[in-house]
Amino acid sequence: MEMKVAKKKLGLKERYRVMTRDLGWEPSYHTKEALYPYVGYEGIKIHDWEKWEDPFRLTMDAYWKYQAEKERKFYAIVDAHAQNNGHLNLTDARYLSALKIFLQAISPGEYAAHKGFARAGREFPGVGTQVACQMQAIDEIRHAQTQIHALSNYNKYYDGFHAFSDQRDRIWYTSVPRSFFDDAMSAGPFEFMVAIGFSFEYVLTNLLFVPFMSGAAYNGDMATVTFGFSAQSDEARHMTLGLECIKFLLEQDPANVPIVQAWFDKWFWRGFRVLGLVSTMMDYMLPKRVMSWREAWNMYGIENGTALFNDLARYGIRPPKGWDDAEKAIDHMSHQFMLGLYQWSFGTSFHSWIPSDDEMAWLSKKYPTTFDKYYRPRWDHIKKLAAAGTPYKNYGLPKLCQTCQLPTVFTEPEDPTLICHREVEYKGERYHFCSDGCQHIFENEPEKYIQAWLPMPQIHQDPIRGDLGAWMDWVNLKDGQDNGDYVGSNDQRNFDAWRGLATSNE
Amino acid sequence: MSTVFIALQTNEDTRPIIEAIAHDNPQAVVHRQPAMVKIDAPNRLVIRRESIEERLGREYDLQELQINLITLSGHVDEDEDAFTLTWNS
Ligand SMILES: [Fe+2]
Ligand SMILES: [Fe+2]
Repeated sequence: MEMKVAKKKLGLKERYRVMTRDLGWEPSYHTKEALYPYVGYEGIKIHDWEKWEDPFRLTMDAYWKYQAEKERKFYAIVDAHAQNNGHLNLTDARYLSALKIFLQAISPGEYAAHKGFARAGREFPGVGTQVACQMQAIDEIRHAQTQIHALSNYNKYYDGFHAFSDQRDRIWYTSVPRSFFDDAMSAGPFEFMVAIGFSFEYVLTNLLFVPFMSGAAYNGDMATVTFGFSAQSDEARHMTLGLECIKFLLEQDPANVPIVQAWFDKWFWRGFRVLGLVSTMMDYMLPKRVMSWREAWNMYGIENGTALFNDLARYGIRPPKGWDDAEKAIDHMSHQFMLGLYQWSFGTSFHSWIPSDDEMAWLSKKYPTTFDKYYRPRWDHIKKLAAAGTPYKNYGLPKLCQTCQLPTVFTEPEDPTLICHREVEYKGERYHFCSDGCQHIFENEPEKYIQAWLPMPQIHQDPIRGDLGAWMDWVNLKDGQDNGDYVGSNDQRNFDAWRGLATSNE
Repeated sequence: MSTVFIALQTNEDTRPIIEAIAHDNPQAVVHRQPAMVKIDAPNRLVIRRESIEERLGREYDLQELQINLITLSGHVDEDEDAFTLTWNS
């Protein structure tokens, strides 16, 4: 007689155990130490890897199913964008500068995160961790690919999109996120997890993706909204993994607490410096703005960050060292950075511009204590110079911070009229820093940071030897086309002409 | 008190989910922003499978949330019946 056994579906927790934990095995002809050589050298103590749980309990079969669904949604919209002249539906072609920075500076970071998680998945002994890292490695390469794919539509029509990978390696503003990822990837596996899984994902991606993508929707850019939200749906899982990793480290051994705290301090400040670019994109480059950088910081930085630090206080964790200095910088950073981008716009593969009267009114409303007092007078002066036919250009090379690689454009936390600059002598060489935070990071690991490649010293080396034209060739930037003021650019001319054609029968 | 939140894309899939969340969490506040909805709640937010199924008229697997999820804040606990966000404070 045939017995009919009702096949009971496994519950979520049981399925996670079977499809994840049961994939692991005990090595028999190598020692664990030989298999996982890097897991001990940062001083982190782990007693029980079984305690690591993915709170989403996502198993590979479910992962493929949902990721495939996300891809179908993404490509449906990217196709519709291409078929409906999506490149003409933008509020204003100035918005493209934000996309160019995104493609040159952020998308390559997704690829770097992919490489980092592929490595971390190999270096951690716990099987729950290995599976979660593998999923994240696949997510991150998907993010890089979907971003490049979505933005390639704009590359057919506008300047500045064509050489993002060269520019990621060679240009100055992209070296900020690049050095962030290089720093993380050349750290040990646990520090990598804190840097990317925790600082970048939990503390920073909300500020990068959420208001910015909502802004993209506001500015008629459905392709970017789609890749942004599609990526962000993975980030929610990554943030959770990052937070889980922190709790796991803090619960495994009290000796881990000071190590984790030091990484918090370091990576909060590293990440905050990357946000200099993001703040400028939000306050200056979205023609229609959703919220100011300050408002986004209040929502995702202060409110969310404080909730997190209060929660972790039970382990003896305090807010990161640079937290107060960050707060003092919020109302200044986007203005200071945009002024920098404008004066060096001959060296950027995107356009910048003088904000319009409307935009200045918006900025003074959003920054009532700082904009009119410190920044409007500078823009007014720059506007006068431009009207007189002598636009303000700064051909001097700025000092670069040895840690975050930004030019020293930011001011003292206590004095917004004084550029912040720190110097350290190490083994007979002098190194410059943009802030106390960056100086401390260097002093903790000088042998790491003295090896950093910096874009400004490169200008004096082969194949450039101090020649601006040779530098432009080397970074794949066409003078008078990809760079400079938006007013009078090809992008402006083309957008206006094509949009005219699209909305009339001429 | 700390705020937990979840943000979802604005679309036809999420309309019944947002309704269910608002119904099950009377203290939650729903913020509608361009292309997205952010739901804040003090310390704790629960998303219940049954409430979504009632509104959707079909079976629903809470892991489907992944497709339209934008971001969240708080510790996650998920099983077949509920997806819970909490802060200990
Ligand atoms: Fe990513
Ligand atoms: Fe710095």
